[in-house]
Amino acid sequence: METTNKKVYLDYAATTYVNNEVLTEMLPNFSGSYGNASSLHGFGRDANAVIETARERIAKAINCAPNEIYFTSGGTEANNWAIIGLAEANKFKGNHIITSAIEHHSILDACKELEKRGFKVTYLPVDEYGLIRFDKLLDAIDKDTILISIMAANNEIGTIQHLQAIAQTAKEKGIIFHTDAVQAFGNFAIDVQKLGIDSLSLSAHKIYGPKGIGCLYVKRSVPIKALINGGNQEYGKRAGTVNVPAAAGFGKAVQIALRDMSVNVQKIRAMREYFIKQLKENIEDIQINGHPNQKLQSIVSVSFEFIEGESILLMLDMQGIAVSTGSACTSGSLQASHVLKAIGLNDEIAQGTIRFSFGKGTSKDDIDYTVEKLKVVVEKLRSMSPLTKRRKKVNV
Amino acid sequence: MYNEKVMEIFKNPKNVGSLRGANAKGRVGNSACGDIMEIYMIIENEVIKDVKFKTFGCAAAIVSTSVATELIKGKTIDEALQVTNKQILDILGGLPTPKIHCSVLAEEAIESAINDYRKRQEKLQKQAN
Repeated sequence: METTNKKVYLDYAATTYVNNEVLTEMLPNFSGSYGNASSLHGFGRDANAVIETARERIAKAINCAPNEIYFTSGGTEANNWAIIGLAEANKFKGNHIITSAIEHHSILDACKELEKRGFKVTYLPVDEYGLIRFDKLLDAIDKDTILISIMAANNEIGTIQHLQAIAQTAKEKGIIFHTDAVQAFGNFAIDVQKLGIDSLSLSAHKIYGPKGIGCLYVKRSVPIKALINGGNQEYGKRAGTVNVPAAAGFGKAVQIALRDMSVNVQKIRAMREYFIKQLKENIEDIQINGHPNQKLQSIVSVSFEFIEGESILLMLDMQGIAVSTGSACTSGSLQASHVLKAIGLNDEIAQGTIRFSFGKGTSKDDIDYTVEKLKVVVEKLRSMSPLTKRRKKVNV
Repeated sequence: MYNEKVMEIFKNPKNVGSLRGANAKGRVGNSACGDIMEIYMIIENEVIKDVKFKTFGCAAAIVSTSVATELIKGKTIDEALQVTNKQILDILGGLPTPKIHCSVLAEEAIESAINDYRKRQEKLQKQAN
């Protein structure tokens, strides 16, 4: 196959482009309102007003108070901080934390750090669809449990958890509940008060905002240890000059995500259904991973039997098509994705898995082109694979 | 992540496929590490007349096997056993550190096929006796 100039981006779950409205909101803050938001003078007050507008927009979107939103450098920082900051500030009550086996590494690795500090962590198993096992959650809770952190929706397979049920369980037991909503936000309404969420992480660059900014919501009554010391920014919890243009863009991106949510979700659902239909009509021996219904419309995890994901990714890349194996954060590692293993896929199937993720810019043409190229790539790799023989033997 | 030479070979790997009449077959790797290589050879008078491969794995695994087969085609089995993963890496201009094991696997695939050939020869010898 020859390489091409055509470009098709199907990796929106890794990151999105910056929306024009967002960019317009950001631009005046680079050289216009460039003051330090902590300064007392007019330049500082202007910059501070921009940050507070952004904070209000985000607070409104998840139904919390503006002073419960702390800006961070992104979703990873928010997740790290939630796990470590909440655990450290509440360790007088106990030293046990519950999370799931399919969390993002920014949660899992923070939990590993806590284990080194003497905390105990339970990693809940999930069923074949990626839903946490509720019986296991109830079994895991003990008198020392101080924090439960379960992601709202998974970034590799898209499965959406029963947030409200988990939050209510935590509440009844007096345990803090945090959720990583980085991938979920903009796909369904998240009202922290109604759902009973104590802490929640968000990121701008998954919702057509800039990279390098996210936030952590922490309910006012819940203590959290400061993340960075050195100033009064972010209510003294996260020192450092706030990135004003990024905050402005983040606030706008959140506002737009809510405004356009139902249109986006419907459009993306149609794309997804069309993609899966085309895929099944054109390529044999595939399986779609995750929950059949309770999942993000934007993510389709597909396992191609007998072949390996990285080779598929690179051959699609030669055709200008951008996809991921598992998630961008784990590519380059030799191990199959921890998420795919947790839902029970064997190594061979897990290794042959590609994540296609759709967004606002995805067109029917993109999907037709992708399926056409995918068919050729899969055939080529299968002809090179020693595992393909097995299938032929079975068919004969 | 991969250099241009690697990508070039990945686009057009050499000696891919099965081999009718092969009298040596090597298989190494497992799906847990993500790579399975099979090498098939036709060996006559200790010389590798033809060689083909099939690989399940990443680009590094595919290019490593391709280069390995090119290095041994037309060589005696003793010469083929001298091929090292370093030679494969040199031809590729290097691989990313986590992928270097793929070149080792390709070296082992050659050994595995030649061991298979020798076992078959021993068996034939026994039958002849």
